[in-house]
Amino acid sequence: MADWLERNVPRILLAPSFLIVLIFVYGFIAWTAWVSMTRSRLLPKYEIEGFIQYERLFAAPRWDTAMNNLFIFGALFIVVSMMLGLLLAILLDQKIRIEGALRTIYLYPMALSMIVTGTAWQWVMNPGLGIEAVVRGWGFENFAFDWVIDPDMAIFAIVIAAVWQASGFVMALFLAGLRSVDDEIIKAAKVDGIPTWRIYSAIVIPSMAPVFLSAFIVLAHLAIKSFDLVIALTGGGPGYATDLPATYMYAMAFSRGDIGQAASSAMVMMAVVFAIVVPYLYSELRVKRG
Amino acid sequence: MAESTSLPFVPSRGGAVALRWLLFAVLALFALFYLMPLFVMITTSLKSLDEIRTGSLVALPESVTFEAWTTAWSSACSGIQCEGLRPYFWNSVALTVPAVALSTLLGAVNGYIIAQWRFRGANLIFSLMLFGCFIPFQVVLLPMARTLGFIGVAGTIPGLILVHVIYGIGFTTLFFRNYYVTIPVELVKAAKVDGAGFFRIFWSIFMPLSLPILMVTVIWQFTQIWNDFLFGVSFSQAGTQPVTVALNNIVNSTTGVKEYNVNMAAAIIAAFPTLFVYAVAGKYFIRGLTAGSVKG
Repeated sequence: MADWLERNVPRILLAPSFLIVLIFVYGFIAWTAWVSMTRSRLLPKYEIEGFIQYERLFAAPRWDTAMNNLFIFGALFIVVSMMLGLLLAILLDQKIRIEGALRTIYLYPMALSMIVTGTAWQWVMNPGLGIEAVVRGWGFENFAFDWVIDPDMAIFAIVIAAVWQASGFVMALFLAGLRSVDDEIIKAAKVDGIPTWRIYSAIVIPSMAPVFLSAFIVLAHLAIKSFDLVIALTGGGPGYATDLPATYMYAMAFSRGDIGQAASSAMVMMAVVFAIVVPYLYSELRVKRG
Repeated sequence: MAESTSLPFVPSRGGAVALRWLLFAVLALFALFYLMPLFVMITTSLKSLDEIRTGSLVALPESVTFEAWTTAWSSACSGIQCEGLRPYFWNSVALTVPAVALSTLLGAVNGYIIAQWRFRGANLIFSLMLFGCFIPFQVVLLPMARTLGFIGVAGTIPGLILVHVIYGIGFTTLFFRNYYVTIPVELVKAAKVDGAGFFRIFWSIFMPLSLPILMVTVIWQFTQIWNDFLFGVSFSQAGTQPVTVALNNIVNSTTGVKEYNVNMAAAIIAAFPTLFVYAVAGKYFIRGLTAGSVKG
């Protein structure tokens, strides 16, 4: 008995975590998937009714806005963060003596809560007292920067705050990538008299493809899950102008009492995440095994 | 390593000096961009409301006052409650400390088993856990709310701890597994031959080697849980909210005059613990971020 116990300790100790993941991740996803196929409103119902919730979802103008915003926000957030991150990484790679201090400054927003970031930028972009007032004070009387209260521009205000928060992190990823490029190739290229910008554009950056991929995955993941930043910066407003799928889901679940809509929107969010992450994970695991 | 592989634009002529200055100017400009919101937060929190209305956003305070700080800490209003950030700050402490400790411990044991006691199915279990790291939490919010109610911890701090531990296991296991997998299995084999058991090997061989990954994991979990808003706002009720939820309530409550100085002081208070950890252990924070992003 004692011997059996000793041999099976690893299994016994891993079992609770395994069960937890099985129930609270996979079981819960199954529950949400099930409920998304029912007519649940304030309370869940369990009779399957087909895809009516998804039909309602795709017919809802508010969801339409949320998905459009996700694509605008996601695309801009990812592209700008990557470009800024790459630029900063290359600039920092030029044997800067105070590199450590600059890195610390570029990266600290990543340690903040999105609620703090949203609060800070809401104040900085305040139309009456923020940047707009500062620039007008410099003599540009007609300068306008009221994106946070402009329904057409508010989503771009969120992009600014999100880029501010995450671009330093992308820089850190790229910097690590730059430093891992094979030194011999670079030296050989220099001996051949190839100019530095060509070394970057033809050798260094192409060899960092895996880093680009993981930066993309992380940023896409962040974009889809974005919730706190919107809540703190614009509250989803003006109106529904800055709703994202995550805020839509939350509103349906906790203030509208529409569980069916909440469940179906959550499932769509998961589908979007998986469409991006699964191919990546699959290739990662295959490389590991091979 | 950094020294040998970085790739400088080699200065060749007099223009190189100018280029160097341009480089520094650009880097400094970006530093200003990243620092500006923090600077504005600090200066605004030290101004009076009158000065905020009449003065400039980027000006230093003419007369420094800490009034906004005491208000933010002990009497700022969110809705009808006017007790400041203080009780919620301690809520966050009370939920973050046990949640970080428990999830880190579980991750260490899981990682040790998966990496070193490979049995059939262990890798499948790991893949399933890894997958769980990626799900958008919206997909578990509804059943979790019902489950917490069912087991009687809805709206309580123990309930929130439970949620954070459950959804933290994936990442903590990943961190420890990836660290322990680099330790040769021969070590465990030799220790077994010498008669050491599962716990003895873990405690006397692996634990002493684990300080770096322990730091990374604790800091990662601390930052995640302290900064969490989604679980906090979904599974708490009046009185048990974490500090992020209270901050948002104070800032975005629609009643009364907007007290920007109080809002900024409250934001700094809520941000302080994670900023402090970043300042003293940034190395481990960055390692966690990059390890978390290059999964598998």
